[in-house]
Amino acid sequence: MWGDAVEIAAVVMVPGSQARLDSGFMETSVLTSILCSPTLASSQQQSHFRDRGGSHCGRGSCWQGFICVAAHIPARISGFLAQNQLAHRTTWSDNIVSGHQTSIMDRLKCTTFILFLMLVASLLPLGGHASPPEMGTGNGDTGHKPNYTKKAFPVLSFDYKNVRIPFEISLWVLLASLMKLGYVPPCQQPMALNNSLSPRGVGQCPEASVKLKKASDTQRLLTVPLRFHLIPRVSNIVPESCLLIVVGLLIGGLIKFVGEDPPVLSSKLFFFYLLPPIILDAGYFLPMRPFTENLGTILMFAVVGTLWNAFFIGGVLYGVCQLKGVNLENMDLLSCLLFGSVVSAVDPVAVLAVFEEIHINELLHILVFGESLLNDAVTVVLYHLFEEFSSVGSITVTDVFLGIVCFLVVSFGGIMVGAIYGILAAFTSRFTSHTRVIEPLFVFVYSYLAYLSAEVFHLSGIMALIACGAVTRPYVEANISHKSHTTIKYFLKMWSSVSETLIFIFLGVSTGGRRAQLELDLCDLYGVIGLTLVINKFRIVKLTTKDQFIIAYGGLRGAIAFSLIYLLDKDHFAMKEMFLTAIITVIFFTVFVQGMTIRPLVDLLAVKKKQETKRSINEEIHTQFLDHLLTGIEDICGHYGHHHWKDNSSDQIKAHPFLPLFRLNRFNKKYVKKCLIVGERSKEPQLIAFYHKMEFKQAIELVESGGASKLPSAMPSTVSMQNIQPKKVSQDRALPQVSKAREEEIRKILRTNLQKTRLRLRSYNRHTLVADPDDDGWDDFLIKRNRIKDLDKMSHMTHHLTVPAPPPDSPTIARARLSSDPQAWGNKPVIEDIKPVTGGIPTIKVELASPQSPESVCVVDEFKKDSNEQEDGLVMKAMSLVSKKDGTGEDDIEPQQRLQRCLSDPGPSAEEEEDEPFLP
Amino acid sequence: MRCFDVTRRSVPASLMKLYKSVILNKQIHQPPMLIEHKHTHAVNILQLFTISTAHIIRLHDRFKELDTERRGYLCPQDFGAIKGLAINPIGDRIIGAFFSPGRETVDFYTFVKILAHFRPADNIRPKESSSPEPINSRTNKLKFVFQMYDLDKDGKISRIDLLKALRGMLEMQVTEEQLDSIVDRTIQEADLDGDDAISFEEFRKSLEKVNIDHKMSIRFLR
Repeated sequence: MWGDAVEIAAVVMVPGSQARLDSGFMETSVLTSILCSPTLASSQQQSHFRDRGGSHCGRGSCWQGFICVAAHIPARISGFLAQNQLAHRTTWSDNIVSGHQTSIMDRLKCTTFILFLMLVASLLPLGGHASPPEMGTGNGDTGHKPNYTKKAFPVLSFDYKNVRIPFEISLWVLLASLMKLGYVPPCQQPMALNNSLSPRGVGQCPEASVKLKKASDTQRLLTVPLRFHLIPRVSNIVPESCLLIVVGLLIGGLIKFVGEDPPVLSSKLFFFYLLPPIILDAGYFLPMRPFTENLGTILMFAVVGTLWNAFFIGGVLYGVCQLKGVNLENMDLLSCLLFGSVVSAVDPVAVLAVFEEIHINELLHILVFGESLLNDAVTVVLYHLFEEFSSVGSITVTDVFLGIVCFLVVSFGGIMVGAIYGILAAFTSRFTSHTRVIEPLFVFVYSYLAYLSAEVFHLSGIMALIACGAVTRPYVEANISHKSHTTIKYFLKMWSSVSETLIFIFLGVSTGGRRAQLELDLCDLYGVIGLTLVINKFRIVKLTTKDQFIIAYGGLRGAIAFSLIYLLDKDHFAMKEMFLTAIITVIFFTVFVQGMTIRPLVDLLAVKKKQETKRSINEEIHTQFLDHLLTGIEDICGHYGHHHWKDNSSDQIKAHPFLPLFRLNRFNKKYVKKCLIVGERSKEPQLIAFYHKMEFKQAIELVESGGASKLPSAMPSTVSMQNIQPKKVSQDRALPQVSKAREEEIRKILRTNLQKTRLRLRSYNRHTLVADPDDDGWDDFLIKRNRIKDLDKMSHMTHHLTVPAPPPDSPTIARARLSSDPQAWGNKPVIEDIKPVTGGIPTIKVELASPQSPESVCVVDEFKKDSNEQEDGLVMKAMSLVSKKDGTGEDDIEPQQRLQRCLSDPGPSAEEEEDEPFLP
Repeated sequence: MRCFDVTRRSVPASLMKLYKSVILNKQIHQPPMLIEHKHTHAVNILQLFTISTAHIIRLHDRFKELDTERRGYLCPQDFGAIKGLAINPIGDRIIGAFFSPGRETVDFYTFVKILAHFRPADNIRPKESSSPEPINSRTNKLKFVFQMYDLDKDGKISRIDLLKALRGMLEMQVTEEQLDSIVDRTIQEADLDGDDAISFEEFRKSLEKVNIDHKMSIRFLR
């Protein structure tokens, strides 16, 4: 089957481009088609391709029409591509990567084409699914084409059936990933733009501007192909989820058009495979502090709000049904309530997808996010309850009471299960020190087990996952190695974003495949219901009205509701089809209308955009100062400090049912930790990693301050900075009254280089990993502080014990020149090979920027340099000395000393001797 | 002010009793007791800084937490132990702000007094102009910041003051020359009387458009 697909793709490609393609490309495509599809191997004439393919397709009833359609579009595209000589003797995927020179339009077309091919390839197997008899015969190609049976030994055999399912799954995943690739989140666009626009202010100095232009060119070349715009403008307005659904709709429509049953987002697939990664990701990266801080509010929203919504909507629905009497009389109250309960579930997937994009105030984010996570329990319970009731028929008071109990059991049971597995995972991770490779797996497997175990008892699996993630994280992080931790982080992000994409696509596909059975009045009715549902989400919380509105507006519905309805037993619910249609309407309404309008609304209403227009330099600096100040004061107040539970127990947490649990946790922390966390052992690699990072940064810094302009484009600001610099020096002293352009420049320097304060609330973002302040901020700071100290020391030294230095360079420049000038380095013996430093410690090599100096700086080896190279060794030594002496926390000094000892080969004594002269 | 269950907190009993009586008798707006009384501080805190009891208690908890050796006062080292502060580029200045010149310790009263700068401004502004300006007024907040810039305490932000502050805050790629030029430019921009330094008036002027209350308020001290 796959061969068929490829063959058809090839057929599709060939005829349209025949006229224009040069023979080289022709050969390639023929070759591919021959390779991929034995059926075509016999035909040597290109002109027969079309006919052959056509007749061949005729075999599968569905394909013929499809091909006719398909042949046109890609043919045109490929023709276009050929015209641009994009496709010259390269494969299609290579085009994408290597097509820097072409405009965005070309790239766009290219992508669309690739996507289309993908679709073709993935659709056909799916389509074939519905015609099993043909598949059975059509599969073994030997049976089909008798002239092949003569072959003595099957050199190339074909067995698609074997790989069909995983292959299709991979194709879908690939499709999802490609969609992801094509979508540029709006937040990233301006940044990219800024970067490419940066060289503007440097017009006066031609050299600099040329350099800059080069730099930005390379930068653009590097960045653009990675995130080419699938739909450049649209992504500004439309949230990603909408686009995905649209794509899904298109695919679904296509499949429908071909005449096959589109794959439905089966609830099993959804609940067992697609949902868990997303929820685990959310739970694992749950910003604990803001979450618990607002737990009261969140619970309020989740429980009371959802209950209220469910009953209100159910009631209204019932009322409307009774009133109108338009073929809806058979709707009983229970069905209405059931529908209400399902529809009142805010979907975390949809909500997260939209809210992350609009960059809303983090408090609001956590409120809506938390609510959507927690109200799952409510929904599931209500759902089961009503389902049960409606199958039984009569409801007693005891049933209601039991329902309430059930709710408690479901939610707390889920949490308990999750917590148990979390503790297990933490405990297991204690013993993984010798098999680092499988460490991450434990987290995933235990979490998944938690989810499944909870589902066994119809407990809330979502709660279990969240609890598991949240419980596991601190302990596991302490236990596992740094790299495993990174692995976990990236895997979670990867899985969750892919499955999110898949969910949306599937949602679209399953809808596109349905019969368009939206009766208009129903549509209206549910539109109104959707609105009321939005409106009645206003609740009594101490938030501003705007916040309330945004929260209410952000309640998006998604795949969960869909799946729940889909799960309904058709025997009990005659209305299932109608419900499905209705729920799809609601989902689409919320995702499209609300999702698309929420961004403008946010802009319009509350979140005042910071006015970029005219901020004086003073303001720029002072605001930054104030930010730092406030962060510092907050630290002092312990508002976000370690003893958070304590601080916070005063506020909302009092309302929190697990308060005793948390207290217990705090009290027992040392005991629990003792149990679950291995001692200092695990700290060591992290420290080393950190140390290396630090050294690496210092080395980079050295290189770049030496005027090397060929930096990796990862550091855009430095590139521009370095190039601006010379002009600045010359101009600055001369005229005190500066021009507008220079002011702009200063402003830009400030904007790019003022250190950002840590985020007040650590934000949660599913698409990217938010830098952990404990990781990076700390490193940066230490390096910086060392540098400042170093700087002071240097200036001190030049003042007092100096040689009358010929160049009036600043210490930085002088230092940089010394250390990164290739000439200066050239005649020094450079230690090329990295000696096996004490067991397993990784070493860092830094390529100097200038190509003619092939030597690499081994930072570790710096320590071993002879004292006759003092000018070179000096910098590093002074720094490391400072870092040793002035390490900010007392506890840092010890390990660092230890580290240096183990990092420097000759042993501590020699090193200390060397260092002494530099002590003040 | 949120109503608060004081009894559950671990506050010194005497202090607590006093708080309660103060609150119950609505004495908050009466002039501070000047008699030598062991509770004077507590009353002062309540009256001068109009911080709610809940927050006082909370801050007291925090104070005790920072005071690891139970001395009843804090040393710079105690502040230095706060990790977040250690990575703060102006952490040293912040710590310095808590210690009046020549003193090596800070007691709870001063602690609260400093932090009181960071209360959000009250929405209901008491109209009596006779009362002294509250410590969390815009001017006082600005003064606080100004003093943090002004390391040499000469009442002006000089070139050197600004240079030091900026060096802390800017990323390391910025060269000394750039730093110099930025400082020059900054002072030129704000300096109205041409003394190559920024006085408090000039400082205030330059920050006219900034919402200081928003920038210098901690949420929980609401």
